[in-house]
Amino acid sequence: MRIVVDFDLCESNAVCMQIAPDIFEVRDDDFLYILNETPGEGDRSRVEECVQRCPKQAISIAED
Amino acid sequence: MTQAPRAITIVGASLAGLNAAEALRREGFDGPVTLIGAESHLPYDRPPLSKQVLAGDWEPERAALTDPEELEEDGIESRLGVRATALDLNTRQLTLHTGETVEFDGLVIATGARCRTMPGTEGISGVHVLRSLDDCLALRADFEAMPQRVVVVGAGFIGAEVAATARGRGLDVTMVEALPTPLSRVLGDAMGEVCAEVHRDHGVDLRTAVGVEHIAGDGRVERVTLSDGSTIDADVVVVGIGVIPNTEWLDGSGLEVDDGVVCDASCLAADRVTAAGDVARWPNELFGETMRVEHWDNAAQQGAHAARCLLDAAVGPFTPVPWFWSDQYDRKIQLAGRVRGDDEVRVVTGSVEERRFAAIYGRAGRITGVLGFNRPRHVMRYRALIEQRASFDEALAAEF
Repeated sequence: MRIVVDFDLCESNAVCMQIAPDIFEVRDDDFLYILNETPGEGDRSRVEECVQRCPKQAISIAED
Repeated sequence: MTQAPRAITIVGASLAGLNAAEALRREGFDGPVTLIGAESHLPYDRPPLSKQVLAGDWEPERAALTDPEELEEDGIESRLGVRATALDLNTRQLTLHTGETVEFDGLVIATGARCRTMPGTEGISGVHVLRSLDDCLALRADFEAMPQRVVVVGAGFIGAEVAATARGRGLDVTMVEALPTPLSRVLGDAMGEVCAEVHRDHGVDLRTAVGVEHIAGDGRVERVTLSDGSTIDADVVVVGIGVIPNTEWLDGSGLEVDDGVVCDASCLAADRVTAAGDVARWPNELFGETMRVEHWDNAAQQGAHAARCLLDAAVGPFTPVPWFWSDQYDRKIQLAGRVRGDDEVRVVTGSVEERRFAAIYGRAGRITGVLGFNRPRHVMRYRALIEQRASFDEALAAEF
């Protein structure tokens, strides 16, 4: 599983960061950083929650 | 306990309704799912309607939340442009505006809300509300005609976003607010004043503590008369004075309606009937308070919860920390929690002068909310503390 963020869509609302702070971080520059692009299967449900709850639908999961 | 429904009908094809439909499939429900929507459009996202679409930066298609292929893949049948007009719980039938009746087994009520309007303005063109895509395109067309002056009635979040977008288009804007300080009931006087200053800094003529007496024009709007007797010449008026939940169609259904469809803590309104989004009122056990929430995040989450509730009676209570964002000019304003105007408020990081800060709210020793101006990271951190029912002192001592 690889996390893909469309940074043209991302508005740094930081919803993902609340769900998975070990994977997503919005820093003081107001930009989103992906701390772990390829989390393990154990993180799948949390990442899926991020995908679903992102207000801009900017997050997706690539299976490669 | 009753069994899970064989088929599920969702009335309301916006964010809550669509999220309910998608959640049913995610949870493995394989019976028929039907989405009934009063608008002729497929589900679309409303936040861009006061921002990117209204600004002309996006074409409306970009606000789509789904497309016919996706719905077909998920096996979601959509019936658009049809309005439900009655509900009969005994026969488990819906009546549509066409006169047709539709049987249902499980039901999600997600009919949302509509804008309050100013009485007496019905026949006057150029007077707008902003809720639907059609509202947005009508207002956008009026903005494109480069009006001399736009009057925004109500300095709540919708009014504020419309004012910001209009200023971004270079239009002159007067915003009229009945309260002495905009948003003071929601954010308190101090933070409401910060919001007011942001508009003044961007050239909005903000009039506070004054009501609108009369909107007049011969066919087309010409002027707005205020309660202090002054008048403003206007070519476009946008009224943003709140919404009314769409519950009239439930009259006589036996469902309890009280400023929204009254649900239990899990969003259940009756046997195999749930409600979600702007139309639902439910006791949020995290706050010990019955609420109806009009935010994007709530519609999405509650839609999914209402769907799960139909499939599994043991789903448990819906206990979110309400949260929303509002983009105005170059500021991202976010509020999480359940704040009252008289809560104690403290700035915990950043600078109010630079309009880049977070402030937390407290009442009875507990943190009740967090407001951020371009501080999304802090808002989410404090939102987690609210979720954990942290004390105000704990929150004040936290460092993020």
